[in-house]
Amino acid sequence: MSKTNFNSTSKLHGLWALTNRELKKWYKAPVVFFLTIFQPIIWMGLLGKAMNIGAIFSTSSIQLPTLNPPLTPQQLQQLGAFFAGLQSNIMQGAFNTTDYFSFMAVGMIAFTAIFTTMFSGMSVVWDRRLGFLNKALSTPVSRSVIILSKVLSATLRSMFQAGIIIVVAIAFGLQFGANFNPLNILGVFAIMFLVCVGLSSLFIAITIRSTKIETPMAVMNLINLPLMFASNAFFPINFMPDWLQTIAKFNPLTYTTDAVRQLLIFSTDYAQLAMDFAYVGIFALIVATIGIVLSWRFLSK
Amino acid sequence: MSEDVIKAEGLTKVFNRSLVAVDHIDFSVKQGEIFGFLGPNGAGKTTTINMLITVLRPTEGKASILGYEIVKKDTDVRNVIGVVPQEYTADEDLTGFENVILCADLYGIPRKISKKRAMELLELVELVSFKDKKVQTYSGGMRRRLELACGLINRPKVLFLDEPTLGLDVQTRAATWNYIRMLKKEFGMTLFMTTHYLEEADALCDRIAIIDHGKIVVTGSPEELKNSLGGDIITLSIQKDVDITGLVKKIEHVKEVEKENGMYMIKSENGEVTAPRIIEALRKEGHVVNRLSLTKPTLNEVYLQYTGKSMRDAEESREDVFVQRLAMRRARGH
Repeated sequence: MSKTNFNSTSKLHGLWALTNRELKKWYKAPVVFFLTIFQPIIWMGLLGKAMNIGAIFSTSSIQLPTLNPPLTPQQLQQLGAFFAGLQSNIMQGAFNTTDYFSFMAVGMIAFTAIFTTMFSGMSVVWDRRLGFLNKALSTPVSRSVIILSKVLSATLRSMFQAGIIIVVAIAFGLQFGANFNPLNILGVFAIMFLVCVGLSSLFIAITIRSTKIETPMAVMNLINLPLMFASNAFFPINFMPDWLQTIAKFNPLTYTTDAVRQLLIFSTDYAQLAMDFAYVGIFALIVATIGIVLSWRFLSK
Repeated sequence: MSEDVIKAEGLTKVFNRSLVAVDHIDFSVKQGEIFGFLGPNGAGKTTTINMLITVLRPTEGKASILGYEIVKKDTDVRNVIGVVPQEYTADEDLTGFENVILCADLYGIPRKISKKRAMELLELVELVSFKDKKVQTYSGGMRRRLELACGLINRPKVLFLDEPTLGLDVQTRAATWNYIRMLKKEFGMTLFMTTHYLEEADALCDRIAIIDHGKIVVTGSPEELKNSLGGDIITLSIQKDVDITGLVKKIEHVKEVEKENGMYMIKSENGEVTAPRIIEALRKEGHVVNRLSLTKPTLNEVYLQYTGKSMRDAEESREDVFVQRLAMRRARGH
């Protein structure tokens, strides 16, 4: 047989082949694909509309005491206006927007990032169990490319879901910030890209040596909820106890969610936005580097 | 470059600093040869293959493939070898064709070339009509053939087959053997395979190394190994109750004669030539041979001789194998 060697071909060839393999499993499976679209809609509908915090402060939820002598209709109207003003003041003060749905719909984007990237870790375990990993390791494709393909495919999926969430949120009545510009949506994708690269590298680093599915599952379940709730995704952090605030301030999801809010629903604070991008960017860089170093060290033993 | 395609010297793998899976093995495989690693489950066959295909790093010792050292020149090694793993590694959710193309992509083969080659290989393994079906619809034999096609996509000079017929039915096994023979004959490929089927090693391999507890106990061609046992066994009985031991011993090639319960067990080289001579010699002396049978030694006897246990016994101690495998898995991961 003739000696044929394609060493010169760039690494991108292998990276794209492996990434595309992961993506094909997703978009070629109608049920899976449908669920990835449908899942954010359900979550947003349930969490966003069920936890209608704004309504708590509305006049309809406040029983006025029966006074003697009874209030005149004019007084009642004044009181109603006062409470309505109170509601928007409280909401504005606490959430930086008068609409809780807008606040949490954006938090949902970070939520999706966690749940989608989590599966990149799982798929490493599956590939190891099913022997695909061993086969890939016996081909000239580099170890880091194997890991990067997992990172990239999870990132692309999350970004797609983020897009769906934005569209659905707009349909459900998302209120844009004062200086919103359609180009800001590109910024949302950029921050999603960074955080997903970071998170999927993190989950892969957890699972890279595992041959069983149970151990990494347990670890992920352990860190998922703290990661989610010790952040500003559903609730502003300045109402949290100090110790929780400290955790939340290290949590990359806090910065991701803040960046998305700055871009979509707040009146943008550019200094804060730059800070968010820097933090998430550095997080992604560090964790992805760790992931690649681990792949050299631990994919083959 | 020497004519040894694969050369291993003192190759050793220790898991978790205590579990010695492969223990200082030396062997070499020549160009165009089918070399078989024969041994029970857990003997260290797959660990050896995984070291040679650069998936596992040896703890000690060295090995080279076509002159490329497996640790230092691992990328060169990966380019010249093909691997057909023990498991079905093809992606269930992709079609057969997509799987072969994926393998080609991992070798960096440009699409123009890989598409043509994938079709050729699918034709070779007779899967063309199923190429656009998802692998989850494939039978065991089809999956095995698909693995073979994937393993050949980079036109390897050396092909590694790990238990190529494990779990296949008799017909599919025979077909797989034919593919393997064809690769050697038509492409002059060097093949390294592991198996725990004695018949398979006997039917396919030019040379065999019997491996037990991580050590190679003997190496040689199946014929050599069988002959090393001292030849065939002729069992016969005669009508009259007289001792013919002395008479038979004088016949050429006869090595040993034993009498047991009126039956004579005669160890001899070239049994098929010796047997008629024995009958002739006995007839001349007026003896009538009642019955005669000729047993050729099989690799099972060879295996028994060198490892002290029969292959079947080794296989039957499932419990041991299971425990050992579990230990290996634990040692390898987490």
